[in-house]
Parts: sequence; C-alpha cells; structure tokens
Amino acid sequence: MNIKKILPQLLTLLVVILIFGFFSYNAQVNMENRGITFGYGFLSQESSFDVQFSLIEYDGSHSYFRAYLVGLLNTILVSVIGIIFATVIGVVVGIARLSNNYLINRTAAVYVEFFRNIPLLLQIFFWYFAALRALPLPQETEPMFGVFFLTIKGFFVPAFVWNNLDIFIYSLMAALISIILIRIYARKKQEKEGIQTPVLSISIGLLLILPLLSFLFGGVNASIEVPVIKQLSQSGFTYEGGIKLPPELISLALALSLYTATFIAECVRAGVQGVSKGQKEAAASIGLTPNQVLKLVVMPQALRIIIPPTTNQYLNLTKNSSLAAAIAYPDLVLVFAGTALMQTGRAIEIVSITMLTYLSLSISISIFMNWYNKKIAIKEK
Amino acid sequence: MNKINFLQPDKSNLYTYLYTGVILVTISIFIVFINSFFNKDLTFFLPSTISFLLPLILGFIGLHLIRVDYSGLKFLDTINKNINTSSFNAFLSLLIVFIVIKSLPPLLSWFVLDANIAGDSKDVCTGTGACWTYIKIWFNRFMYGMYPNAEQWRINLSFIALAFLGTIGFFATEKFKKYLTLYYVVIYPIIAFFFIFFFISGGPIFFDFSYGIIAAVISVIIGFFIPPKFKMYYFIIVPITLYILLKYVFFYEELIELGKLEALEWVETGAWGGLSLTFIVSFFCLIFCFPIGLFLSLGRRSDFPIIKYISIGMIEFWRGVPLITVLFMSSVMFPMFLPEDMFIDKLVRVIIAISLFEAAYVAEVIRGGLQALPRGQYDAAKSLGMGYWKMHILVILPQALKLVIPGIANTFLALVKDTPLIFVVGLLEIVGMLNLAKTNPEWLGFAMEGYVFASVLFFIICYAMSKYSYNLEQKYKTER
Repeated sequence: MNIKKILPQLLTLLVVILIFGFFSYNAQVNMENRGITFGYGFLSQESSFDVQFSLIEYDGSHSYFRAYLVGLLNTILVSVIGIIFATVIGVVVGIARLSNNYLINRTAAVYVEFFRNIPLLLQIFFWYFAALRALPLPQETEPMFGVFFLTIKGFFVPAFVWNNLDIFIYSLMAALISIILIRIYARKKQEKEGIQTPVLSISIGLLLILPLLSFLFGGVNASIEVPVIKQLSQSGFTYEGGIKLPPELISLALALSLYTATFIAECVRAGVQGVSKGQKEAAASIGLTPNQVLKLVVMPQALRIIIPPTTNQYLNLTKNSSLAAAIAYPDLVLVFAGTALMQTGRAIEIVSITMLTYLSLSISISIFMNWYNKKIAIKEK
Repeated sequence: MNKINFLQPDKSNLYTYLYTGVILVTISIFIVFINSFFNKDLTFFLPSTISFLLPLILGFIGLHLIRVDYSGLKFLDTINKNINTSSFNAFLSLLIVFIVIKSLPPLLSWFVLDANIAGDSKDVCTGTGACWTYIKIWFNRFMYGMYPNAEQWRINLSFIALAFLGTIGFFATEKFKKYLTLYYVVIYPIIAFFFIFFFISGGPIFFDFSYGIIAAVISVIIGFFIPPKFKMYYFIIVPITLYILLKYVFFYEELIELGKLEALEWVETGAWGGLSLTFIVSFFCLIFCFPIGLFLSLGRRSDFPIIKYISIGMIEFWRGVPLITVLFMSSVMFPMFLPEDMFIDKLVRVIIAISLFEAAYVAEVIRGGLQALPRGQYDAAKSLGMGYWKMHILVILPQALKLVIPGIANTFLALVKDTPLIFVVGLLEIVGMLNLAKTNPEWLGFAMEGYVFASVLFFIICYAMSKYSYNLEQKYKTER
C-alpha cells in the first residue's frame, strides 16, 4: 500500500531531477566551451548603448542594471496607461452591451467581436505602421485645442512646470486619507443608526478644496509649457518643450487598451447579468430608490464577480505589453532581453532575470487576488 | 379633437405626432445622407454650428414626437421599444445612425469604388482607394511563405486530406462511433504528423511516410479480426512493429526504386511560412497542449504531494511569463541546455514552447471543471470499486470536460492569435510575411492593405471557431 503511494512520486521526482541535471550539465559544458562564466556581475558593468525613450536619466555610461530599470519603468508606464484606458472603454462598452437600445447594443457587440478576434500583434502593427504613419508632418500639423500636436513623430502635449510640487502632493494625500476616514465613519454610522451620509459629494469636495488651499496658501503654482515648433534643418522640424509621447508608445497603448477592453467589457457584462433578478426586485420592494438599488445591492454583488477576471485581464495586458519588442518600443524585453543580451551574450542570466520579473509580478498579483477572493466570498452560515 | 401638446405626445392624436415625427426624422437622415454621399450641404444658408447640429436637433424632436407608449401600431411599438425608450437613448441612436451614414462613403470608396485589383504591378494603383493588386501579386507568399511555387500542391493536398480525414467523424455509422475518440485522440494526430513532417518537408524521409501509411492501413485492416479485449495493446504495438518491419526487413531502399519513385524535394522549415504555417503551428500546439494540460490539471489535484507541487510549479511558471519571453528562451537559451552536437529544428522548438505555455492555461481551465463536479460523483465512482484511472476516464472527465468547453475554446482561440509571435525566432507566418512584403522596395506604402487583409482572415477564422465552440457547448449541454 505504502509502496504504491511512494513509487509514482519518486519516479516523477527522479524524471524531473534527471531532466534538470541533463540541462544544467549541458549548460556547464557549453559555457565552458565558449569561455563564459555564469554570474550576475555584468549587471554593474557599463552598458554603452542608448535607449530612445526613458523615464529616468540614462545613457551609455550607465550600468546594465540601470538599463534594466529603464526597461522595467517603460513596461510599467505603458501598462498603466493601457489599464486606465482599457478599464474606461471596457466599462462603457460592457454597459452598452446591456443596453436595451438595439443600435447601441449591436454596436458594442460588433466592437467586441471585431477587436477580440484579431491578434494583438496585428493590431499593434496596424496602428504603428499603417494608421499612425498617415499622420501629418510636424510643420503641417494643425494643433488640437491650440496646445496638442499629433504628428507623425509623436504626440506633443503641454507640460506642467511646478513650484513646490511636494506641498501639492501632501495636500492630495491628506484629502485621500480624510476621505477614507470619512467612509469608515459613514459606514459605522449607517450600521448603528441607519442614517446615510453623502460620502460621494463630501469626497469630491475634499479632493477639490484641499489642493485648492495648497495653491492659495501653500505657495504652489503651476505654469503650462506649450510645445513650440523648431526647425532642425531644411525640411526637418520638431517641437520643443512640453512632453513628447513617441508613436511607439501611442500605438502600443492604443492597441493594448482596445484589445483588452473587449475582455473587460465581457467581464462587466457577465458581472451585472450575474446578479439575479430577484435581488433587484427584493431591494425595490423594501423601498430602495433605483440609485440605492444599484449602489447597495447590485454593484456590491456584481463587483464580486467582475473584479477577479478583470484583474486577470490587467495581468494579461501587462504581459502582452512585451509585444512592444515588435515595434521597437524600449520595454523590458527589448532593452534587456534584446539589446543587453546581444551585447553580453549572457542568455541564461538575462532571460532568467526577465522571466523572474514577470513571474514575481504575476505571482504577487495572484496571491493578492486569492486573499481578496477569500475576503469577499459570501460567508454562508 | 383634443388639444395637441407637442411636449407630451399621447395616443389620442397619434397620427398627427406620427406624421410630424416621421417627416422630421426622414428630413434629418436625408440631410446627412446627401451631405455624406454627394458632398452637398443642404443647409448652407444657416450659420455653420447650427447647420452642423441641425440634423441631430430635427431627428431628436422627431423621435420625441413618435415616442408614444402602447400606440397599438406594432411597427411603432417595436421601434420605440428598441431604439427610442428615452431621450438619451434616442440621442445615442441618432448619433450611431449618422456616424454609420457618414462613414459609409469613405469606406466604400476605399474598399471597392476607388480600389484597384487589375494589373500586376504597382503602377496600376493610382486611385485613392486600396491597392488589392498588391494582395493579388503577393497572395502566394502570404499563404505559403517562401515555399517553392512548384511544390505548393503538397501543402494544399495535405490540408485537404487532413480536412477530409477530420470530417470522418460526421459520417461514421453507429458501429464505429465508439472508436471515434481513439481515432481523434491518437490516430488522427499521428497521421497529421506524418503528413506535415514527411510530406510537406519532403526529402528522402518521404519513404518513411509511405511506410507509415502502409503500416497504418494494414494494421487497421487486421484490427477488425482482433478480440476487443486486446485492442488497446494491439493499436500501440502492431503499427510500430509493422513500420519497423517494412523499413528494415521487407523494403530495402533499393526495392523502393522499383516504382521509380523520385523522392520529394526537401524544403527546410525555415522556408515554410504564411497562413499555412499559422495553421501548422496552431494545429500541432492544439493537439499537444490538450493532453499535457489534462495531466497537469490531474496532477494539481493529486493526493501525492510531490506530484502536486511539481504540477503547481509548472502551471504557475508558464502562466506567469509572457509568451514572447518563452519564445526568446526557446531560441537563445534552450540551445545552451542541449549537448553540443544535438540540434532541434526551430519549428519544433517553437511548437514545444507554445504547447507547454498553452498547456498551463488548459490545465487551469480543466481544473475549474474538475472542481465544479459535486463530490458525490467521486464517491459514487469509488463505491462502485473503480480505481483512480477508471474513475477519471469513465465518470469524472467526460462530465468535467463537457463543462469547460467554452474555456477550452477560448484558450485555443488565444493560441491561434498568439501564433504571429513566432516572428521572434525568425519564422514568418502571415503577419511576418506582411512585414517582409511591406519593406520590399517595389511595393512600398501598402501596409494598410496588407493588415486589413490579414485582419479579415484572422477574424473569419477566430469568429468561426468561437461560433463552433458555442454550438458544441449547446450540443453537449446536460441539465443537472
């Protein structure tokens, strides 16, 4: 009996160990033949390659580790932009899918079916090589609202120049903390006395007033720097000042958010449909207004269904942002697993670091999700 | 005659409201139509802002007037219920109708009216529309990659044969129905493998292919005379024995020359490409990832801790990394893990990588189905004295797999949509071929046509797959 339990496990373990042993033995032999020694010391060496677009100061004289950070930050940047837009589009389309207006419903359905069934890579290529290439040259661009310039060389937007930015951030943080406190207080009050506090209007007021106070009394002020056209050569123009969003970033963020939004829309639809009709009717029959029904009965239950798959989609979006390598947006894969790997030839170290980065990201999110699921799970008696 | 209150249409003066409303809506649509198709502004005499908003205002008023509850006219009620329930809905409906009318002419002219398809060089494309000539000239490349033109019949023949063999299940009579699972899970993939690796790549190995076919046919014929008890062993042992016998004992290489069979020309996998490569890669990954995923999901629910944790590790590892890094690993890191003289073909490496990657996703989907089954099913099976494998094959898996058809279909769809990523290792399927053709100096500037063409192809494939999975789901739905 015991043997029957232990034998298959031992065999599996043996096979796994054999495979790993075989691989690592070969890796050792191969590296010896090529004269490479295994180690992560190269990370502090000078990288001597340049990256077009980076959020932190970086040039060839910095280390490989800093190149890794540049790539990681770019990945995070495009993921955050993509997640924000995908959520907005996804929620709107998801609600449109539930509309009883036939035209809106069908339009949303066509959007979902169309963008979901085309490979993401194809969409990225389409935006980058076909759609954005049709934009005008810098010198022929008509400004949008006078300050935005959408050109073939990128999207130029005005930048804020801040004085005393830290005080502004403190005021924002203070507003957020007081909102959280008020929410807790309001909930306690409702549980005890059954009186509802208008939390939403108070929160909006706080969010507006505290930063305003920082402008008035904290010495904070912001000026806007509008991009100005500048001639580089006979026919070469560009814009100076402001912030430049490269076309790679735009097309990547566009494709990622349009693609992921279709999945989020389906999650939202499934979530709202998953709340049974009886719940709404029961809530209405005890005299809640339609707004209260939505806020107190439908949304809490719908969110329980919506949030886990949506988080999964955020994770997918982050992993899909690695397709950036195809259009040369300098993300983690392109900068580190591409250029740095070419230069150092350290395939095992670099690929393993890249994979570990993504792996730790997704495992930490899935641990968080498991915790969250347990927390919100319906506690049955 | 009651008083007519235009702010609150009601049933008593129905026709007055109806006629006024319909006329207003018609006028608004007509204005937009003329504006978009004939480029004439009918309201040019008004200030530009009002002229721009006029159709919207007219249509809005018109829809407001015909919004009469329970009018008794079936047609009117249907319209009101579907697109005109409230002012906000009416506004959105109008907006959508106008946008559709507005965007039709440019789309039509780009796709059809101003497009060119005749001729065979770039010069014919003078219009402002699409240049379908580009697609026409490059069509073979987009479908077959760099595969030699004269040999393309081999790909066509293989796909037709596989499609035919794949549909056999629909024609099987009752007597053979019970073998269908065996056929689709074991025999069909093997035949497909022979076809694709030995027929499409060709070369001297083609003889192996013919041995394989002969061995398979003979063993199937003998198979009818074998008692059912031994059939499982028979179908594993006999074809292999026959194959070895044919190859090394009966048919020496010289004997083959009897038929003066010229070996098919060898085409290396690097030359494969285009849509056919998309099919090949997704087909193999589809076949391989399913059993691997099945075993991983069973392993994850196993009572043996070592097997359980190895499975969890495998699944979470593959699910945690992007496919592009997996492909990077297979192309730059994997060769380091092999002995110096051992070489694995690029295509094979890619197929292994994608299969392992997707298998982790399949495993999680199947685990969902296994968890959804009530415990009673396990207990009932055990109380009948079934062992682990018997219980799973006869009781658990048939029910669990039925539950997860949509999930598995979604994973397969994701797989098909992931195949373009193989450009990382230098294999050019259809998207890769598009990027190659785009940079051809003779055909610059037709990126849009290419991407639209590929999008339409992928949309058709994926949409058909999702509809098929929906049908499958409906077919196997059982009430609990």
